Amino acid sequence: MIIEIGYVGHFLLLLGLMNCIILLSPKVLTNSNISQEILFSASKLHFPIILISFLCLITTFVGEDYSLDYVSKNSNSSLPLIYKISAAWAGHEGSMLLWCVVSSFWMFLASMYSTNLHKRLRVNFLAIMGILNLGFLLFVVATSNPFDRNMTIPLDGNDLNPLLQDFGLIVHPPMLYMGYVGLSVVFSFAVACCFEDDFKKEWAQWIRPWVLASWAFLTLGIALGSWWAYYELGWGGWWFWDPVENASFMPWLMATALLHSVIATSERGIFKSWTILLSIFTFSLSLLGTFLVRSGILISVHSFANDPSRGVFILFMLVALIGGGLLSYALNSKKFIDDSDVRLISREGFFLLNNILLVTATFTILLGTMYPLFLDILGLEKISVGVPYYNAVFVPLMIPLILLVGYVPILLSRTSIDSQLVQLFIIFVISIFLSFIFSVQSVLFFVGIFSTVWIIANILFDFYRSSDNSVKIRRRVGMYFAHFGLAIFIIGASVSESNKIEKEFTLEIGESKKVGVFDYRFENLKEFKSANYDAVIASIIVSKDDRFITEINPEKRLYHSSDSPMTEAGINGRLDRDLYVSLGNMVSDNKWSMRIYDKPLIRLIWIGTIFMILGAIFSIRFKQSKIYE
Amino acid sequence: MKKRSARIYYVSFLLVILGFVLYAFVKTFNENLLYYRSPTQLVNGNFPDNYIFRIGGMVEEGSLIRVSGTKKVSFNVTDFNNKVLVKYDGILPDLFREGQGVVIRGYLQNNLFVAEEVLAKHDETYMPPEVKDSLGLTEDGKYKTMESITQ
Repeated sequence: MIIEIGYVGHFLLLLGLMNCIILLSPKVLTNSNISQEILFSASKLHFPIILISFLCLITTFVGEDYSLDYVSKNSNSSLPLIYKISAAWAGHEGSMLLWCVVSSFWMFLASMYSTNLHKRLRVNFLAIMGILNLGFLLFVVATSNPFDRNMTIPLDGNDLNPLLQDFGLIVHPPMLYMGYVGLSVVFSFAVACCFEDDFKKEWAQWIRPWVLASWAFLTLGIALGSWWAYYELGWGGWWFWDPVENASFMPWLMATALLHSVIATSERGIFKSWTILLSIFTFSLSLLGTFLVRSGILISVHSFANDPSRGVFILFMLVALIGGGLLSYALNSKKFIDDSDVRLISREGFFLLNNILLVTATFTILLGTMYPLFLDILGLEKISVGVPYYNAVFVPLMIPLILLVGYVPILLSRTSIDSQLVQLFIIFVISIFLSFIFSVQSVLFFVGIFSTVWIIANILFDFYRSSDNSVKIRRRVGMYFAHFGLAIFIIGASVSESNKIEKEFTLEIGESKKVGVFDYRFENLKEFKSANYDAVIASIIVSKDDRFITEINPEKRLYHSSDSPMTEAGINGRLDRDLYVSLGNMVSDNKWSMRIYDKPLIRLIWIGTIFMILGAIFSIRFKQSKIYE
Repeated sequence: MKKRSARIYYVSFLLVILGFVLYAFVKTFNENLLYYRSPTQLVNGNFPDNYIFRIGGMVEEGSLIRVSGTKKVSFNVTDFNNKVLVKYDGILPDLFREGQGVVIRGYLQNNLFVAEEVLAKHDETYMPPEVKDSLGLTEDGKYKTMESITQ
C-alpha cells in the first residue's frame, strides 16, 4: 500500500504542472470572463495539489519506502519519527518541493485576498505568480524530482546528515522559504503594476502587509539559522559572513529598505518608481540566493550534491525572471516618475536615507559574495573575501542608520531644538554611565551601548510625551517594537563580540581551569547510548569563588551510520551571559581538548529579532484593518 | 553668482568625501582577499613568510600526528603531486579525517604551513570544488581511490 503513495505524489506534481499551464490560459488564449475565472480557481487549486504531493513524500519517509531514491538517501529506519518527517525537506529535492508548496501557498493567499483589486491588475498579478510557480515546479520535475525511483531497492536508507538532526533545522527552511517566496508576491505585484497606466497609492497600501509578512518570516528564518549555527556547529559563532548567510541577508536588507519605501509610497504617493524597482530587486536577490545555494558552487552545509544541470536551469530561470521583471519595469518606468521634492529632515527624507544606506550595504555584501565567484568562473584566481572586510564595511554603514532610527521619535513628535538638546544630553550621560558599569573595553562596545540607549531612550521619551494620545501610540507601536528589537540586537551583538572570552585548551578529568571569572572543573565522562548514536557526555562543574554555579554537559556523538563524530556543545544560557563548552577530542587518557567560551548578553541577539518580528506583525494588523474598513 | 559658488564648494566637498570613502573601501576589500593555493603551487611558488592565504587538498593517509597530551597536531596536505606539512594548535573539526578534503587558512614559516583555521567538508559525500580542482578530478566528483593513486 505504502509503495503506491510515491506514485500518487509524483502524479500530483505533474497535475500541478498541468494546473499551472491551465492557469495561464487567459494570457495565452482568450482574455474572456470564463478564462479569467479559470485563472482564479486554478491559482487557488494549485496549493492543495502541491501540498498533498508533499504530504505523500512525508508519508513515504514515515513508511520507510526506500524504493524512492531520495528517501533512501536521506533517511534510515533507526531515525526518530520527527526526523523522518523533517528529512522530507532536509535534502535538495525535498526542500525544492517544499519551496513549491510555499510558493503555491502564497499564490493561494494572493488569490484569496486580491478580490479588491481591479480585474486586469489581478489577472496580470496572478498570471505572473502562475509563471513563477510553473518555473519552480518545472525545476523540481526536470532536475530534482524527489519521487525518482531506485533501480534496486536498498534494505535500509543512508541516514540523515547528523548535523541536520536537530529541531532548529526542522523549522529553519520552511520559515526562510516563507520569507523568500513571500517576496515573490511583492515581485509579481510590482511587475503587474508596470502594465498599468498609473501607479495608485492604494496599491502600495495593498502590498504593504505582504512585504511585512515576508519580512517577518525572513527575519525568523535567518534568526533560526543563526541560532542553529551557534549551538550546533560547536564554534560558538552566530554569524560568519559565509556566502550562504549573505545570500539570505541581502534580500533581508533589501526587504527592509522596501518596507520603508512602501510606506512613503502608500501615504504620499512618492518614490513610486523606486518602490517598484526595489520590489523587483528584492525578489531577484532571493532567487540569486537560491541559485548560489542550490547550484552547489558554494562550500557550505547548505550545498547538496553538485549537479551542473540544476545550476544551468536555475541560472536560466534567474535570467528569465529577473530579466523579464526588469524589462517590464524599464519599458514602463516613465509612467511612474514623480518629481516631488523631498526635504532631508522629514519622514520621507529619512526613508530616502534609510534606503540609500541599506541598498549600499547590500551591494557591498553582493560584491564580497560574487566577486570571488566571478574570478573563479573566469578561471583567473581562487580567492575568498575575509570576514574583516564585511565588518569593516558593514558596521560603519550601519552607524548613520542607527542614528537615524533613534532620531525618528524626535522627528515624529516635532520637539523643539531645546528639548532635543536636553534629551541628547541625558542619553549621553546614561550611555557613559552604562559603559562604566560594564567597564568599557572597546570602541565597538561604546558604540553599541550608545546606539542602544539612543534608540530606546528616544522611543521612551515619545511614549512619555504622547501618553495622552492613544491613537498616536497605536499607530507607532509596530515601528517602535521593531526599532526597539534592533536596539536589543545591537547591544547583544556589540557586547558579546567585544567582551567575549574564547579559550581552547586541554583538561584532564578532575582538573580545573579559570576562564574569565569562572572556574571550570572537568568532573567526569559518561557513556550514553541512543537509538541511532553513541555518545560520551562530559560533566563540567562551573563555580565562582568556590560557589557552585552550574553544571554543563557537552557531548561528543558518533552516529551509527556515519564515521564522523559530532560535537554537541553544552550551553548554560542566561540572559546576562552564555557559558559555552564544546568538546574537542581525547588527547591522551582522561585528557580532552575543549573550547570554553564566555559570551555576555549574546542571547539578546535573538531576543532582539523576536521584537523585530513582533513589530512587523503589529504593523500588519493595524494597516490591514485600515484598508478593509 | 554667490549661490553658484556655494554649490561648487558643496559638490566638491561631497566628491572629496566620496573619493575618500571609495579609497578606504577598495583598500579594505583588497586587504581582506584571501588567495587559494594548491600544494603544487606552493612548492613551485615563492611565498613570503607570514603572508596569510588558504591551501587545500587531501589529508594524506597515515600522516596525522597528534602530540600526546596537547591539542597540537601535524599532517600532510597533498594534491597527489606535491605535499605540504601543516601544523595546527587547535581543535580539529568533526569531519576532519585522513584521506578527506580540507581547506586551511594560515601562513608559511620555514617551509611549514602554520594553520590558523581548518575547515573540513560538511558531509561525507561532498568535497569543496577548490579541492576537487586542485586534485584534477572530474566534474561529477568521481575521483580515483586513494589506493590507486598512492600505489
